[in-house]
Amino acid sequence: MTAALNPKFSFDSYVVGAANRLAVTAGRTVAENPGSAYNPLFIYSGSGLGKTHLLMAIGHAAKKVAPGLSVEYLTLDEYVEAFHAAIAAGQGDTFRRRFQSVDMLLVDDVQFLTNRKEMQSELLRLTEGLQAAGHQVVLASDRPPAEIADLDERLISRFSGGLVVDMGIPDYETRVAILRKKAEERATSFQSGVLETVANVEFANVRELMGALNRLIAFQAVNDAPITEAAARQVLGLAPPADNSAEPTATPAPAPDEFSNFLSDVTATVGRAVEAWRARVSEAILRWEGEGFRTKRLEALLAQETPGAVDQVISGFVKDVERLKVLAAEVQMLDPQAAGDSVFRDPERLDEAEKVAVRVREGAAPPPAPSAAFPFDTFAEGPSNEKELAVIREVTTTPGKKYNPLVLVGASGLGKTHLLNAIGLELAGKARAVVACLSTQAFIDEVIAAIEGDRVDWWRARYRRVTALLLDDVHLLAGKDRTQEELFNLFNVLQDKDRQLVFTCPAAPNTLEGLEERIQSRLAGGLVVTLVEPDRVVRRAVLERTLGKVEASLLDYLADRPATSIRAMMAEVQRVKDVADAQSQPLTAGLARVVLEGEVAPRRRTSGFRTSGIVVSSAGGVRSREKMVWDWPVPADRMIEDLR
Amino acid sequence: MSLVNFTTREITCKIVYYGPGRSGKTSNLHYIYGRVPEARRGRMVSLATQTDRTLFFDFLPIDLGSISGFTTRFQLYTVPGQVYYNATRRLVLQGADGVVFVADSQGRQLDENLESLQNLHANLLDQGVDVRAMPLVLQYNKQDLPKELILTPAEMDDALNFRAVPGFSADALHGTGVFESLKGISELVLKKLAQGAPA
Repeated sequence: MTAALNPKFSFDSYVVGAANRLAVTAGRTVAENPGSAYNPLFIYSGSGLGKTHLLMAIGHAAKKVAPGLSVEYLTLDEYVEAFHAAIAAGQGDTFRRRFQSVDMLLVDDVQFLTNRKEMQSELLRLTEGLQAAGHQVVLASDRPPAEIADLDERLISRFSGGLVVDMGIPDYETRVAILRKKAEERATSFQSGVLETVANVEFANVRELMGALNRLIAFQAVNDAPITEAAARQVLGLAPPADNSAEPTATPAPAPDEFSNFLSDVTATVGRAVEAWRARVSEAILRWEGEGFRTKRLEALLAQETPGAVDQVISGFVKDVERLKVLAAEVQMLDPQAAGDSVFRDPERLDEAEKVAVRVREGAAPPPAPSAAFPFDTFAEGPSNEKELAVIREVTTTPGKKYNPLVLVGASGLGKTHLLNAIGLELAGKARAVVACLSTQAFIDEVIAAIEGDRVDWWRARYRRVTALLLDDVHLLAGKDRTQEELFNLFNVLQDKDRQLVFTCPAAPNTLEGLEERIQSRLAGGLVVTLVEPDRVVRRAVLERTLGKVEASLLDYLADRPATSIRAMMAEVQRVKDVADAQSQPLTAGLARVVLEGEVAPRRRTSGFRTSGIVVSSAGGVRSREKMVWDWPVPADRMIEDLR
Repeated sequence: MSLVNFTTREITCKIVYYGPGRSGKTSNLHYIYGRVPEARRGRMVSLATQTDRTLFFDFLPIDLGSISGFTTRFQLYTVPGQVYYNATRRLVLQGADGVVFVADSQGRQLDENLESLQNLHANLLDQGVDVRAMPLVLQYNKQDLPKELILTPAEMDDALNFRAVPGFSADALHGTGVFESLKGISELVLKKLAQGAPA
């Protein structure tokens, strides 16, 4: 599938000159330290200037240093072709895995990524994966990353993140060296001056230079006689040299006078001095272009004749770039898709970038926060839960570090939701905390809404930036495959970043039906804290807090009664309160006993007010509607009736 | 003085020829004057006695024309070498961008050379100029005199060149080393410009 490295293309056969020295040095460094020096290394130059040769030379050198290294060289077209073939054969994953395991990937002709969005994402994923694994990526193109049309900004940034080097047209000396080396390789020798004549021609690239050499070699072979300098010119269609050596000039040109010499020296010095600002601007352009930012503002400076306020412009530009970086990082967290927008790479469009960021921010409502109604200090503590609460306090002190995830297990009404929100509130109090605390049902609803609104990426980003995720009743995920998948991925992301995860469920995680095993095992892999029936201390504390100032005997009575849960106990308390309200009696232990032990069944009147059984006749006297008397629940009424 | 004015696009260098009396400072300027095309030079102002001793100072403006878009001018000054004209020397030294110290290579003049060099340092210091930051070249003049009368450039270097600045062997009367010295000081002055610090 991939092209083999051409054995002819090694560093030994690569002629180094001023125009390519940096690229070759970088290439050698990368070959000797793959994955650690410049990663990725991005080489660009015009066509025919030795990119492919250099890529392969890097591959050869790397293999020489570490023979076991797996090196892949391929052109972008080959990569695209192979990818399409793999997808057609249903082998997409195998294809990806194959490339992810390469130690050094050399990709040629990267400029053909233009208008290939799908391949761009694929290559982005691949380079990210390779870099993360410490594998080397070397890319070659005929133009710098920022100039590849329609290239995803993230890819530009990724390509520019290592080292971007260019190679220029070789100078005269390099051209002579190349010609000599190639002639030697071809076992051909030329009369002196012939190769220099060829080198004098400023060919656009080395390929054309080689073409000229080939013509000379062929000419010499056919004529069976050494080619002369003049013949070489004729073969190459060059004009004869200027007639400057035929006859010596009668009078030598007058030597320039001392003042002229001085003037030209000073001109050169002033030029260097005055033009120093141009060097500063060019340096800045190279730097920021290398990082994938547009540099139009700086390029405009170079068009000026005088520098004006160069340093102010550069520092203003740098300030804008820094702001763009901040915005892009923020947007990346909230909406990764939006972060690929080109406005985040163009300081001239900072205003637009600010607006995009505002839009993203507005769209990125923070995830549901814990309820303030459940502070930790209102959760009653007693012998039945003190150990569990101690552990939970450790979680709130060092979130994500010790017990992650934390799973609160217990029957209904034991205070799991209270505890979950209480933990959430504690975590939310920490600096820069973003705590998501919600019911699993709400979580499921959000996933559905995100899918419907085609905003899953946005939704994921919203949750991936949380510092803690707390889900109540996680067992409700049963049968919700997509939400389980999302939670699984979110779980892994957050746990990798040491973000605290807390869940509640009614039974041990591995017994929850309908939950995928991978989720069950992850929940069970954390700390499972089981909440049990509240003891008397807990019950009394809850009663005290709920009932306020009531007689101690009532609290003791109620606390002494066994209760399977706080909710069950509170149901009893409510019954007593209802009776007390109905009878306008104070809450007392006696009343509670009467209500709860069955002496008086609580009765509610249907109407909001009590009616008397006494009827005053219009004819005078009082007549009792005796039939109803004994139905009257209030003893006082009954006594009045009895006395009559 | 402002060496480079980006607004008016002008570069102006004030170069002062310093040294003991009769060391050849005015000879330097005369030689330069003679080599600069008329259109490029201003009127050389020379206040001298009848015995050709500089009483006040020499001034030679040279217009180097437009270089890299900047109108470039050099202003060459000499100071009176005699000890008692120190006030004039201080005045001329004000705002200098660079100094050519013209030393007399005759062995018997060594003390005068040293004294004048110390005087240069003292005057710069008085004006709050860091001597180490001031572009300076040494010119060992009169190297055309008989060998037995003069010190060699190496000996002059040992005796005077404490800061290891560029030193030039010269014969100002006949022009040897004159433009070399001027070029040397120009490069130092302009190098300061490249570093972004106005000289």
